[in-house]
Amino acid sequence: MGRNLFNKVWDLHRVKTLDSGLDQLFIGLHLIHEVTSPQAFSMIKERRLKVRYPERTYATVDHIVPTLNQSRPFEDELAEKMMLALEENTVSNGISLFDADNENQGIVHIIGPELGLTRPGMTIACGDSHTSTHGAFGSIALGVGTSQIRDILATQTIAVSKPKVRRIQVTGKPGPGVTAKDIILKIISELGVNGGIGYAYEYAGPAIRALSMEERMTICNMSIEGGARVGYVNPDETTFEYLRGRRFAPEGEAFDKAVEYWKRIASDEDAEYDDVYSLDISSLSPMVTWGINPGQAVSIDDNLPRLTDLDEGSADVAAKAYEHMGFQEGSQILGMPVDVVFIGSCTNGRISDLRAAAAVVEGRKLAEGVRGLVVPGSKHVAMQAEREGLPGVFISAGFEWRNAGCSMCLAMNPDKLKGRELCASSSNRNFIGRQGSPEGRTMLMSPQMAAAAAVSGKIVDVRELMGGEK
Amino acid sequence: MSANDIKITNLTGQCVPVRGNDIDTDRIIPARFMKVVSFEGLGEAAFYDIRYNSNGKTDHPFNLDVYQDASILLVNKNFGCGSSREHAPQALMRWGIKAVVGESFAEIFSGNCTSLGIPVVEVDSADIGRLMNAAEETPNMNMIIDIESMTLNFGDFEIEARMNSAARNALMTGSWDSTGVLLDSGEEIDAMHESLPY
Repeated sequence: MGRNLFNKVWDLHRVKTLDSGLDQLFIGLHLIHEVTSPQAFSMIKERRLKVRYPERTYATVDHIVPTLNQSRPFEDELAEKMMLALEENTVSNGISLFDADNENQGIVHIIGPELGLTRPGMTIACGDSHTSTHGAFGSIALGVGTSQIRDILATQTIAVSKPKVRRIQVTGKPGPGVTAKDIILKIISELGVNGGIGYAYEYAGPAIRALSMEERMTICNMSIEGGARVGYVNPDETTFEYLRGRRFAPEGEAFDKAVEYWKRIASDEDAEYDDVYSLDISSLSPMVTWGINPGQAVSIDDNLPRLTDLDEGSADVAAKAYEHMGFQEGSQILGMPVDVVFIGSCTNGRISDLRAAAAVVEGRKLAEGVRGLVVPGSKHVAMQAEREGLPGVFISAGFEWRNAGCSMCLAMNPDKLKGRELCASSSNRNFIGRQGSPEGRTMLMSPQMAAAAAVSGKIVDVRELMGGEK
Repeated sequence: MSANDIKITNLTGQCVPVRGNDIDTDRIIPARFMKVVSFEGLGEAAFYDIRYNSNGKTDHPFNLDVYQDASILLVNKNFGCGSSREHAPQALMRWGIKAVVGESFAEIFSGNCTSLGIPVVEVDSADIGRLMNAAEETPNMNMIIDIESMTLNFGDFEIEARMNSAARNALMTGSWDSTGVLLDSGEEIDAMHESLPY
């Protein structure tokens, strides 16, 4: 039997198996940001350790950066303090930083790929659970806590349990208006928010092969929402073409040599898996979440589940969700009025996302009373959008066009919901309080569905605005 | 060089039950409390938005007088799902939690707990229900978590528990603060750094 990518790449990076039974895994690329790294730097300083290979770590700022006025010092003193800490820590340890005024700045999971830092066959870690995004390139990319950031800085390795591998085989051709976001929301709703605990997810099959790199990133990004710390797609020509010419990608002969390695680490045709799950997306509709975790999602044309149709554990969480959201079991999701629309995040803040949202918005206006925010995932995404005239489309419709950052995905900057506002959001988490108001409510969906909600003032089926057949 | 050599083989303490499945890290510590450069003082932020509302303190267990001395947190399924923020176990630890017992845990949360020397102990669904009921009826009763025998003793109950075996070994051998152990492989690390194709 052949081997899968996960096991090949893991074995290549395993320094040893520790006495505890955990593997000591070498991390080839370490990405850091301002929120989860300062304590790690303090810890290595206290222990009189140094950063072992500063050239394997890159830093950027994304979580706390304001998206309106980015001039320094930031108005928020705490945010400014975190910026200063990251600047001091990177300078004193010789680590590259893409600071707020650097053209490469953006959400860490957007810039790694777009700069060509993220490549197949790597192990990648970042103090952020959405690090799984980078798996789209055929790397093992995992979110870590601050103690592990300390370990990576000091040793370039972590002590970690090796997960099992589940292949998620996706077939069928999606209909118009059905996106990568809908595919991953469907997978999470089927397998559950804890279904992936102890697993790495390999997304495979013709429907995954057919996706662009940006779409694959959307899918891998939300692996963690299904409990899987790692999600990946095998590298192929789509991957290689995306990487060719990127700033940090190898060039010329070195690129060709890298491609040989990248092809070698892909899963063999007859690779073994610990589990396989299959999904046909031919009849998939756009998905929206109705609850307080990303697994609580329905197809746009379905009604909300009845508590009696759910098992005991799910029914408890659903009851809590209905209480928080103010929704009725069994009711329709279509027509739910929204207050705020957020388009952005590491899940859906790339250029293809903004294009798709702009296509829906073009020639339309934001519905009365709706606040709309478009936040590009990086400065490069913003610049590309400007070249294509996208900001004008959003601004003339009544949206606010902002600077790059995580923004209202987790509301660590001034972009927050107020009170019980309901937000149609292209982000990744609908947890209670996630978007900055403890009573705030989030419905996750694709950027085109969020755009459709923005111009309609309520949850609608984007396919009806697209002029195509449903 | 590290907090190491602290072997964690058993723990005794009062329990505080926090009921509910899928309690995510945003609920354990809302993101706005992460605008800090140290973990100090995060205990007060634990479960903040469910401990406080516009009327002041709620009846969340972390607010109740009877649980103020508790050091063992009892939870249900998929506790700690969501973000990788170590601020979550840090906040619990700084509130006073030294061990977590529940039905199941999110992976990154569980790894973060191990890094801090907090045992993450799994028990069956029926057992956690009984433990939670008992902790509510008799809040000042001590639980004994024996990591060597993997048993929990709580009043009349003696319950079989489970742990990730590597995490359990790391706690029992005092190698949960991993930096020192990892640094022991310095030469192998350097060799891998040189030999990787990138």
